[in-house]
Amino acid sequence: MLSAALALTLLALVFGLLLGYSSIRFKVEGDPVVDQIDDLLPQTQCGQCGYPGCRPYAEAIASGEADINRCPPGGEQVIQSLADLLGREPKPLDPERGEEKPPMVAFIDESDCIGCTLCIKACPVDAILGAPKQMHTVIAEECTGCELCVEPCPVDVISMVPVEEDITHWKWPLPKTENGDSP
Amino acid sequence: MEVAVTQNGKRRFAMKLWSFHGGVELPGHKQESTIRPVEPAPLPKRLILPLSQHLGAPAEPVVAVGDKVLKGQIIARPGGFVSAPLHASSSGTVVAIDEHAVPHPSGLSAPCITIETDGRDLWVEREQQTDYRQLEPADIRETIRQAGIVGLGGAGFPAFIKLNPGKTIKTLILNGAECEPYITCDDMLMREQADEILRGLLIIRRAVQAQHCLIAIEDNKPEAAHSLQKALQRIESDADNIEIVMIPARYPAGGEKQLIKVVTGQEVPSGGLPVQIGVVCHNVATAAAVYRAVEHGEPLLSRIVTITGGAVAEPRNLEALIGTPVMELLSACRTNFNVLQEVIMGGPMMGIALANHKVPLIKTGNCLLTVSHGEMEQHPAVQPCIRCGNCADACPVSLLPQQMYWHARAKDFDKIQEYDLFDCIECGCCAYVCPSNIPLVHYYRFAKSEIRSQQEQKRKADIARERHERREQRLAREKAERATRHARKKPGTTDENKRAAIQAAVERAKAGKQGAPSDDV
Amino acid sequence: MFKKALSSPHIHQPPYSTQGMMFRVILALLPAAAAYAWLFGWGVIINILLAVGVALVCEAAMLTLRSRPLLPTITDGSAILTALLLVFALPPLAPWWLTTIGVAFAIIVAKHLYGGLGFNPFNPAMIGYVVLLVSFPRELTLWSLPAQLAEHTLDFRATLNYIFSGTLPTNLTIDALTSATPLDVMKTQLGLGQTTSGIMAAQPVFGFMGGKGWVWINLLLLAGGLWMIYRRIINWHIPVSLLGSLLAISSLFFLLDPEHSPSPLFHLFSGAAILGAFFIATDPVTAATSNTGRLWYGAGIGILIYVIRSWGGFPDGVAFAVLLMNMAAPTIDHYTKPRVFGHGDKDA
Repeated sequence: MLSAALALTLLALVFGLLLGYSSIRFKVEGDPVVDQIDDLLPQTQCGQCGYPGCRPYAEAIASGEADINRCPPGGEQVIQSLADLLGREPKPLDPERGEEKPPMVAFIDESDCIGCTLCIKACPVDAILGAPKQMHTVIAEECTGCELCVEPCPVDVISMVPVEEDITHWKWPLPKTENGDSP
Repeated sequence: MEVAVTQNGKRRFAMKLWSFHGGVELPGHKQESTIRPVEPAPLPKRLILPLSQHLGAPAEPVVAVGDKVLKGQIIARPGGFVSAPLHASSSGTVVAIDEHAVPHPSGLSAPCITIETDGRDLWVEREQQTDYRQLEPADIRETIRQAGIVGLGGAGFPAFIKLNPGKTIKTLILNGAECEPYITCDDMLMREQADEILRGLLIIRRAVQAQHCLIAIEDNKPEAAHSLQKALQRIESDADNIEIVMIPARYPAGGEKQLIKVVTGQEVPSGGLPVQIGVVCHNVATAAAVYRAVEHGEPLLSRIVTITGGAVAEPRNLEALIGTPVMELLSACRTNFNVLQEVIMGGPMMGIALANHKVPLIKTGNCLLTVSHGEMEQHPAVQPCIRCGNCADACPVSLLPQQMYWHARAKDFDKIQEYDLFDCIECGCCAYVCPSNIPLVHYYRFAKSEIRSQQEQKRKADIARERHERREQRLAREKAERATRHARKKPGTTDENKRAAIQAAVERAKAGKQGAPSDDV
Repeated sequence: MFKKALSSPHIHQPPYSTQGMMFRVILALLPAAAAYAWLFGWGVIINILLAVGVALVCEAAMLTLRSRPLLPTITDGSAILTALLLVFALPPLAPWWLTTIGVAFAIIVAKHLYGGLGFNPFNPAMIGYVVLLVSFPRELTLWSLPAQLAEHTLDFRATLNYIFSGTLPTNLTIDALTSATPLDVMKTQLGLGQTTSGIMAAQPVFGFMGGKGWVWINLLLLAGGLWMIYRRIINWHIPVSLLGSLLAISSLFFLLDPEHSPSPLFHLFSGAAILGAFFIATDPVTAATSNTGRLWYGAGIGILIYVIRSWGGFPDGVAFAVLLMNMAAPTIDHYTKPRVFGHGDKDA
C-alpha cells in the first residue's frame, strides 16, 4: 500500500517536472494571433468590413467578434488563408460587405480638381499628394484602391480605374483540366 | 564515362564526364537548316527594338521621335545595374517610341523604339579598340556592358554580370551544346566563325581570370567540333588549357546547370549561380559577340537566327539585325504563308508560340520555328494523371512533377514550394513524356506567376500597412497637440466653443505655415 | 507531333498514351485469360463478358452523372482492365449477381466516388474483390475444378444457365463441380496438423509446384508481365521487390520448417502472387511513385502476402496486402523523395 502510494507520487513528480521543463524548453515563440491575421489581410484599409482599418478587423476576428468573410478586397484567397490559419471552414464572402473586384487605383481628373484636400484627409495611406487650392494627384504605386477618397470629393473628379495588365504583371492562366474546365 | 578530348588541337587524354538524372532523347531535325550557309538577312524598312530584351530592368530611351540615328548609336541606356543598353541596328529615323507587340507568351505589347531605316546602313564612329591583352578585366567588362551584350543562349542575362565574378574561377565553359531540336544557329556559328568564338573565349578568359576553359559540344555536331579544333590549332600559343569536349546528345544537356554537371561533376546549389562553385558559363554566340565588341567596337546589333520548320521552303540560318520583323525573316526563307499555322520563337521544347506575327527579332531569339497546317494536333485531349511516374524519370532536376501538378491544380502554393517548384527549369521533359498529355510545365508557370504575384501583393500590403500606421500616429499626434493647445486656452468650454476653437486653431495652423508663431504655444 | 498549346513544350511524344498503356496491359493478360478459360471452362468467358459489360455501363452512368465527357474516358480502357482483373479473382462459376456487385462496387464506389481515374487511392478491382470476399465468403470458395481433375464439365448452355439462374443439369450437384482452391486446401490441411509433403501428395488439386492448372495460368501471367517490363509499360521495381520479398520470406520459413511451411515455388505459383506482382500492384495510380518507393511498396506487399497466407484468416492475401500498401503509398512517397538537383543531401 505504502509502496504503491510512494511510486505514484514519485511518478507524478517526475512527469510534472518533465512537463514543466518541456513547456519552458519547447515554448513556441509565435506571433500573437492578431499579428498573424493582420499579416494576411490586404491592408487596403478600406473599412468595408465595418471596422476602421485592417488591424481593427484583425483584432475583431481574433476575439471572435467578427467572421472571416468580411474582406472584399482580399476575396476568396484571404478567406481561404484565414480559414487555414484559424482552422475554420472557409465560407463565401459576405455579400453585404461588397464584392470582390479586380485591382483598382484611384485617378483624379486634375483639370477639374479644386484643391479642397478632402480626399487627402480621407486617404488611409497618404497616397494623395497636393496642397490646399492646388491640384491633387494620386501616387498610383501607393494607392490601395480602397475607394475612400471617391465619396468626399465635392466635384466628383475621382474615379476608380482598373490596374492595367502589362507584361511585367501578366500571370499565366490556369490550364484546362481533362474535364475541359478549370478546377 | 570517358571521352576523348582535344587540347591544342591534338587528341590528348580521356576526360571524365558525368551525367544528369532524366532528360529525353529528341529527334534532332537539325540537318534541314544546316545545308545552306549563313547569309545576311535583307535590311528591313523598319526596325522595332523592344526596351526589354534581357532579364532585369528595361532600358530607358535617350532618343526622341524624329531623331536621326546611326548604326551602332546608343538609343536607350541601362535602366539599372541588371540591365542592358540598346543600340540602333541600322541608320535611319526614330519614328515611334510606343507600345508594340513583342515576343512574349502573353501576346501583350511593351515599349519599343521603332526606326525607319534609310537603307544606307551608316555606322556611328566606332572606338578604335586596342589589343585585349592590354585591357584590364574591368575595362573588358565595361566594354561588354556598353555593347549591350546579353546571354544569347536563351535567358538573356546581361553578359557583363557573369564576367564580374569576384571569386576565383576554376573553369570557364563555352556552351555549344544546343540541345533543342531544330535550332542550329550555334552549330552554324561554330562551323563558320570558329575563330571569332575562340577570340571571344580568350577575352572572357582574361576578364574572369579563368584557369581552365572548356568548349562543350553535343556529339551530334562533329562539323562544328572539327571547325573549332582547326581554329584552336591556329591560335597555338594562346590555346593552353582550352579543351573541346564532346558530350552525349541528350536534352537538356545545354541547360547551364546540366552542362556544368556533365563536364565538371559539380552541381550548382539550388537558387545559386555557377560562380559559387568557381564556374562561369557563356554561350558560344555570346563569346563571338564579345569578340566583336572588344576588338571591333561593335555593339550587339545582329545575331544568327535559324528559320526552319514545316512551312519554310528554304530552311537556313540568317544573320539578322535585332529588331527585324519576323515576317520579313520568314519571307526571306520562302515561307509558304498559306500553310503557316504557328510560329514559335525558340525551340519546340521551350520556345514561345507567337501570339502576334508583327513581333520583331530580339537579342535572345535563336530560332523561328514554323508549324504548318496538319503538323499540329488541334485538340490534344488531356486525360487524367495516372501517376505513372514517367515525368519524374524524365526530370533533369529530380523533381516530382506529378506531385507539383496536383498541388498547382489545387492552388496549394505552400505545398508546391515544398516540392521545390522554383528549381524547375521549365525544360518541358515531363510534359513531353506525359501519356495523358497534361501541360505540366504550364501548371508550374501558373503556380510560379501566382506565387510571385502573391509575394508582390504582400510587399505592397506591408508598405500600405506601414503608411497607414504612420498616418495614424501622425493624426494621433496632431490631435493631442490640438487638445493641449485647446486645454490651455479655454478650460471647460462648451462643445460649440470647442468646435469654433478647433476651427480657429486649424486656421492658425495654416497661417503658421507662413512662419508666424502661434501666441498660445 | 506538335500540339496546340499556349505554353511550351510544343512537341509531345510519350512512349505510350494512357490508353495505349491500358490496352497493352489488357493484351498481356489475354494469354493467361485464355488459359484460364481453357482449364476452367466456359464460365470464365461468360464472366469476362459480363464483367466488361457491367464495367462499361457503370462507367458511362457515373460519367454522365458527374457530367464529364463520356467518350475519352470510356475508351481509355481502364474500366475494362478493372473488370478483367476482377474476373481473375472470381470463381469460374460465380453467379451473375456476384460479378455484377463486385464490378459495380469497383467502378462506382472505388473509382468514381473518389473522383475517377487517377484519383482513387485504392485499387478498384481489389476493393471490388474484398467487398465480395467479406460479404459472400461461401460463394467465393466454390471454385470449379480444373479440366484435368473434373469428372463432369458443363457445356456452354449449362454454364450460362447456372451463372444466370443457379440451376444445374439434374444429375449434377455443385459439390461435384467445385472444390476449394489449392491455397485453401493447404491452409485447411496444415491447420489439421498435416505436413506439406503429405498434403501435396494426398490432395488431388496439387501438381508438381502448386495447384494443378494454376501453374500454367501463372506461367502465362509471368510471361505477360515480363513482356510488359520489356516494353517498358511497367517498371521492374514493384514485381521484382514483391516476388523477391515473397520468395525470401517463404524460403526462410521453408528452410526452417519444411514440413509445415509450403515451398517458395508453391507460394509463387499457386495463388495470385504473380497476377498481383505484375498486374495489380503495378497499377500506377495507387502505387508509390518514386523508384525507391516502389521497391519498398513491392517488398511490403510481398511480406504481407506471406503473413496473411500463413497466419491470417484468408487463404490468399494479395488483395488485402495490396490495399494495405495502397494506404501506405503516400507515406512511402513522402519518405522516398529523391534528392533535388543542387540540394544538399540533408534537406533532400
